[in-house]
Amino acid sequence: MARRRTRATSDADGRGGLLSAIVEFDSVGLRYGTGAEVLRDLDFRLAKGAFYFLSGPSGAGKTSLLQLLYLARRPTRGRIRLFGQDISDASRDVLPDYRRRIGVVFQDFRLIRHLSAFDNVALPLRIAGKSDAEVEGPVREMLAWVGLADRASARPPTLSGGEQQRVAIARAVVSQPELLVADEPTGNVDADMAHRLLHLFTALNRLGTTIVVATHDVGLITSTSGAQIMRLEKGTLADPTGALRNPPETMRAR
Amino acid sequence: MKPGFLAVSEAESRLLPGGTFRSPTPYVIAIMTFVMMIVAAAGLALANAAGVVAAAVEHRYVLQLPNGGDEKVEQAVRTAKSIRGVTAVEPVPQEQMRKTLERWVGPGGLGDDLPVPAILHLDLAPKANANAIGATLQRAIPGARFIAEQATVRPLLGSLRALRWLAVALVVMMAGATSAAVVLASRSALDTHRSTIEIMHGVGATDAQVAKLFQRKIALDALIGALVGAAVAAIALLVVGGGGAAIARDVAGTTPLHTGDLVLLALMPLAAAVLATLVARAAVLSALRKAP
Repeated sequence: MARRRTRATSDADGRGGLLSAIVEFDSVGLRYGTGAEVLRDLDFRLAKGAFYFLSGPSGAGKTSLLQLLYLARRPTRGRIRLFGQDISDASRDVLPDYRRRIGVVFQDFRLIRHLSAFDNVALPLRIAGKSDAEVEGPVREMLAWVGLADRASARPPTLSGGEQQRVAIARAVVSQPELLVADEPTGNVDADMAHRLLHLFTALNRLGTTIVVATHDVGLITSTSGAQIMRLEKGTLADPTGALRNPPETMRAR
Repeated sequence: MKPGFLAVSEAESRLLPGGTFRSPTPYVIAIMTFVMMIVAAAGLALANAAGVVAAAVEHRYVLQLPNGGDEKVEQAVRTAKSIRGVTAVEPVPQEQMRKTLERWVGPGGLGDDLPVPAILHLDLAPKANANAIGATLQRAIPGARFIAEQATVRPLLGSLRALRWLAVALVVMMAGATSAAVVLASRSALDTHRSTIEIMHGVGATDAQVAKLFQRKIALDALIGALVGAAVAAIALLVVGGGGAAIARDVAGTTPLHTGDLVLLALMPLAAAVLATLVARAAVLSALRKAP
């Protein structure tokens, strides 16, 4: 997969001199309606090019945190900086530009059932204005990369869970996002497929994409060397070493 | 995605599946277009009829002589013809006046001792001073009344004009009802395709890109519905209005609908489709802006 261009991120914020924080949360809280906050006082930075696992028990707020990351929700308090820009109160009109820089793998895949695997993978490119000729090559390449080259014309209902998951991953990475967010990507696949998917993520990470994977799978976490762990409990993020607030030097160098 | 208001690629068109006649939109638009065209045609015909009547009596006046008699009528004709601005004088024959009056007083009710009024129709030149002519006639013929025929038909013209505005109001209301139906259809379509929209937004689609898919679909539905409605309305107007047109040609030497009217009616289905498209776009964008 060809390497994408890199974008400069804001680094002149006087907050410890971090050169490449791709995501910054500052006292972020989230509540639904008038209920209690499901996320509270989140303060962390994600280094550009790093690999993070987001863990925690069910109901801890992992999916809500991911939704904030991929701009499906806005925080009810606090500030979020993404790609160096404060997007907490950003106009709805500018959000699509940010979303195009983020790849998302949903737990339930969220494929469009009436479209072929090819069309599902091609969707982000077409949304971005690519012509059919420009779409063809990258989509075929991605489908081959996830081992589904021969299933390009199949529709999601005819694919197995693992195949659908791989189509979803191909869609998430086809536009070569700077940030990849995956919600329980191995929740619907067997151990072998989970290992293969993790291999895809680490390969992407080596190419420079920042990865955030929410998972319950301890085996997945322990088998990935160099990954950081974000543990979420009852809406708050545990950061005993302070590594999430101030990512270590080794991560900056990635 | 393809730029433009309605243009989408083949791949984009696959995002919203479903044939044209699976939604209620084409049926609703067809019915609305049919009714709008019939009402509009009726309104235009009424307006034309009012115009014909008004033009016919615009320069026509009546001179009434309360106690008619051949001598008095001849004197009045001579006097009227001698006035500048009077282009034609035509007395109503006494026999015809008697027949008319007998409808009220009964056969034989008009004895020799009962005076029968006389009536003269006068045509004035377009720029003639009707008031001055009337005053001259009334001075020359004591007791004569000079009446503009416009005054006689004013209630009729008023009714025709009111009906014309009623037709306009009905067309506007139909357009409003069409818009409301399109708004409901748009919301229904949004609900049906909610998951697709969320996925599109998730991968960076703008509201305008999503709205374009819906407005194109509704534009096609609306155009087909409008054309069907217009075709049925045209048939109905030909069948029902054909007889009326023949009568109008015989009586007034004109047709109920002119070329301009037919062009206006022909544009109505296109206008209905354009209206539906714009309303659909506004409704979809409004609904999408309520999303996070």
